[in-house]
Amino acid sequence: MFSRTSSFQARNLARCFSTSLPSNYKVSILGAAGGIGQPLSLLMKLNSDVTDLALYDIRGAPGVAADVSHIPTNSTVKGYGPENDGISTALKGSDVVIIPAGVPRKPGMTRDDLFNTNASIIASLAGAVADNSPNAAILVISNPVNSTVPIVSEVLKAKGVYNPKKLFGVTTLDVIRASRFISEVQGTNPTEETVTVIGGHSGITIVPLISQTPHKSIPKEQRDALINRIQFGGDEVVKAKDGAGSATLSMASAGARMASSVLSALSGKTSVTEPTFIDNPLYKSEGVEFFASPVTLGPEGVTEVHEYGPVEDYEAEMISIAKDTLKKNIQKGIEFVASQKK
Amino acid sequence: MKVTVCGAAGGIGQPLSLLFKLSPYVDELSLYDVVNAPGVGADLAHICTKCKVSSYLPANDGLKKSLENSDLVIIPAGIPRKPGMTRDDLFKINAGIIRDLTIGIAETCPNAFVLIISNPVNSTVPIVCEVLKKYNVFNPNKIFGVTNLDIVRSNTFISQLDSTNQSKPEDFNIPVIGGHSGETIVPLFSIGAPQIYSSLSSQQKASLINRVQYAGDEVVKAKDGKGSATLSMAYAGFELAEKIIKLAVQSSSNSTDSSVTACCYINLADSINGAADFKQKLNSDINFFSVPCVLGPNGVTEIDSSILDKINNDESDLIKVSVDQLYPNITKGINFVKNY
Repeated sequence: MFSRTSSFQARNLARCFSTSLPSNYKVSILGAAGGIGQPLSLLMKLNSDVTDLALYDIRGAPGVAADVSHIPTNSTVKGYGPENDGISTALKGSDVVIIPAGVPRKPGMTRDDLFNTNASIIASLAGAVADNSPNAAILVISNPVNSTVPIVSEVLKAKGVYNPKKLFGVTTLDVIRASRFISEVQGTNPTEETVTVIGGHSGITIVPLISQTPHKSIPKEQRDALINRIQFGGDEVVKAKDGAGSATLSMASAGARMASSVLSALSGKTSVTEPTFIDNPLYKSEGVEFFASPVTLGPEGVTEVHEYGPVEDYEAEMISIAKDTLKKNIQKGIEFVASQKK
Repeated sequence: MKVTVCGAAGGIGQPLSLLFKLSPYVDELSLYDVVNAPGVGADLAHICTKCKVSSYLPANDGLKKSLENSDLVIIPAGIPRKPGMTRDDLFKINAGIIRDLTIGIAETCPNAFVLIISNPVNSTVPIVCEVLKKYNVFNPNKIFGVTNLDIVRSNTFISQLDSTNQSKPEDFNIPVIGGHSGETIVPLFSIGAPQIYSSLSSQQKASLINRVQYAGDEVVKAKDGKGSATLSMAYAGFELAEKIIKLAVQSSSNSTDSSVTACCYINLADSINGAADFKQKLNSDINFFSVPCVLGPNGVTEIDSSILDKINNDESDLIKVSVDQLYPNITKGINFVKNY
């Protein structure tokens, strides 16, 4: 009892003097018992910035919580299901909410094929976030990200709590894949490769800017194959898993990396930059409300959206195609929420 | 360092493989399982660390290829418990799995470190040792039953009882000896956390020890038929493996940081420094026990039996119970191989 009270007080103090006291952060994972949720829960349990880890799922979360609670790190863990309004308790006072909930792809499916099932799941979870932790940073993993992020924003807007600086579609896996694949083609160290990836999070909406890397002179055929591989890296895993699911472990590591950056920024660390799918001024005037760009993160979420810099003609073409598809994906999400209100 | 995970597509194997892929000390990671290994491999291969991933199923000599040139083989393969089952109930199925994997190791990478997670550890480690002996490749310094989860749990549970709130869970390193199931698990809190432990009532102490001994059941029950500890087991298995790997890697770079102590369930072969001392102090001829192992670049360099000089009377009683229960577990494992 005593320890809980003092940690609550410490948390409030931390908000006043954010850079001088140890940070206490509550992180909630919605969909914690799933293929991504479980390894993600493990990685967040290992993150020392997290002091309170809340795991929610429609079933299985208490079991996952009992499991990770045995790991001796800085956080307490609890698992919640739908009974007794578990989701509200899981979300109350959360600083960061990560959402991997939903169904994964099977071979032959695009991320968009998941829309019908995942749209309502995400809309419902977004409503709960709006009601219980409106100030939280929200990290959306559930596909199709290009549509689920707009769904979340529409739900939050309807409840009057939308903060565009704190809503993130997680595209980190595309960046990770880009670094890895380029290192394989070029025989370099993947940990030393950085690739800016912009646009969206599916197929041709993913635009890796190879011309901005030291490998801009890769022969065209190789380069096209590389870009295609980055864009369809997800399909590669769905196919290899042969019906058993989509990327879970790599997605968990990507989600954990993004969450870790958000937490570092919340606690006052400077120069935290990540690529992410956000409500973006970049192409709003063209009707593309959301776009993935590199951003700098701070205690209040996005502090700066960065221009992606000079690109070659073929990349400008890719961006144009990405924008067209994104418009449709985003519109689909917005219309879904509008149709629910009727 | 090449690491092979046998049972990589399972509940423990997947998060365990993830942690290896994220480690800067692993150059090559090979995933082996009877199903689904290629899918897990394709998934992990996208993570941008240096570690190269390969994956194999049994067909086309898959096990052999997975084990080729492996420096460390970790085995989470097998079935997990359901509510109401003891680890021993798993024996019938898991014994055969472990035996066959060990034959592969004996034939392909006899010099590798072997870390056994598959339950019942009290029996599967003797199985591994007997098979390796049959193939004349047994090195007791390199065969470890992973009991680290009991230490991990002990550290977590004692830190939750710190009423002064001064400590963090990471501050603790409770020695846990004996075996890896129920009453064979003997956490030595009076040695590992004397101040906090002495502030507890007898009932609290008993309750704490009981909790460590049956924490596995706690998770099996909470998972309600969906399995046993996977994520915490992956963490604990990885933590021990990484210690061993770091020592092996550092030795080749001539670092001076040359040893670490960890409690592991090993064969108390007379050839191991300190094994005879330990058995003498234990007043038993038991041949398998989780003991404080001083680890070096080639596995166990010495068993530290000084811990037995520091135990209190209660702990001495617990150890007697542990030894009594371990004997039949060990014999079961040994006989399984002898009768094969």
